[in-house]
Amino acid sequence: MTDVPPVGTATSVVARLLREKKEHIAQLWADQPLFQAVFTVTRDEAVEAGRAVLEALAQVAESGRVDDIAAPGFAMIRQQLAAMSTSRTRSGLSIGQIDREVGALGAAPAEFLEDASGDTDERVRARLLWSELLATLRVVVIETALQENREIVERQRQQLLEMATPVVKLWDRLVAVPLIGMLDSARSQVVMENLLEAIVEHNATMAILDITGVPTVDSLVAQHLMKTVAAARLMGADCVISGIRPAIAQTMVQLGLDLGPVTTRATLADALELALERQSEQAKGIAPRH
Amino acid sequence: MSTDERATVSLPVRNDADLMTVRQRVRTLAQELGFGLVQQTKLVTAASELARNTLIHGGGGSVTVDAVSDAQGRDGLTLTFRDEGSGITDVDRALRDGYSTAGGLGMGLSGSKRLVHEFSVDTALGEGTTVSVTLWRGHASHGPR
Repeated sequence: MTDVPPVGTATSVVARLLREKKEHIAQLWADQPLFQAVFTVTRDEAVEAGRAVLEALAQVAESGRVDDIAAPGFAMIRQQLAAMSTSRTRSGLSIGQIDREVGALGAAPAEFLEDASGDTDERVRARLLWSELLATLRVVVIETALQENREIVERQRQQLLEMATPVVKLWDRLVAVPLIGMLDSARSQVVMENLLEAIVEHNATMAILDITGVPTVDSLVAQHLMKTVAAARLMGADCVISGIRPAIAQTMVQLGLDLGPVTTRATLADALELALERQSEQAKGIAPRH
Repeated sequence: MSTDERATVSLPVRNDADLMTVRQRVRTLAQELGFGLVQQTKLVTAASELARNTLIHGGGGSVTVDAVSDAQGRDGLTLTFRDEGSGITDVDRALRDGYSTAGGLGMGLSGSKRLVHEFSVDTALGEGTTVSVTLWRGHASHGPR
């Protein structure tokens, strides 16, 4: 009945409707939890966000790439979608629940399409196209949310590696490492590198490894600790391990772990006292010869 | 004896992150069951050793945690580590202190045995290994001395 390819007609119908009814739909969307809960300051904000999403969808429809999550139209609203999904996640919603909320946005435009002019075939095609476009939007939202999660996990992993292993200078030629969390192979490598660098930098003759914050000392952790102590010794620094809690001490004995020649103390304070005693002994020992 | 069906927790052991989850879950379950701090630490340490064995020697597998009670009404936790790796050639040797095929200290299997009350190894060459341990609450474990 027409020369225009059907898909092209449907895309222009959907795009036109999304623009014509933008204000109306945005108002309806602003009352839905997805928008309402995110933009809490003013309702206008939520309406504005709805307009942006509608404009983006209209552009995607026009471009004819309704099934393509990489369509340029989506790029404009990705940041906003990320903010919305993050906020909903914080309210305790699962990705599935967020997806359902996004799906619920489809109702309002679908009704307008139903009422639109034109023959039945055209309306059906437009409805189908809108369904497809909405499905793509849902995938974009999920993908954005997952990407956001991935970035958070990666950031936290880096922070854990970098920040949980500081080396502090406690006294002249005395450094300490307060270890926190489980010492896996990657962490213990970072600890060793940081400690050895600090020993050189501060010209340290003693280092305290405090394991108060290490929840479990198994044979691998013990092995890592002993390797670190051996490496520090090669650099000319003696190590004291402190912060061995009673439960951990009992467990280590039964497990058969022996820290061997390594000096240990119950608390960091005890270890500091020991280190200062040794320093003063050394000073006295050297002084009379001069 | 006991008829109460308490939850069985099953956890995968596929990578280092899973080891962390195993330690945390075992600690939480032991706390919930009223284990003292020393017993919690022993069980978590044994879990850490055995789960690492499952990962390194067994090529990954799973661990199930069961709350159990015996005829005397004692509560306890049973941990069962399963893998489908190559199995252990010589169990007696593997249970000797200081014997390791992975460059470790060789204390994992033998040490874990001393940390718990009940310990069993079931292994078949080429078919895998199952290690099962139980620790009862409020009962001194039979360590050395």
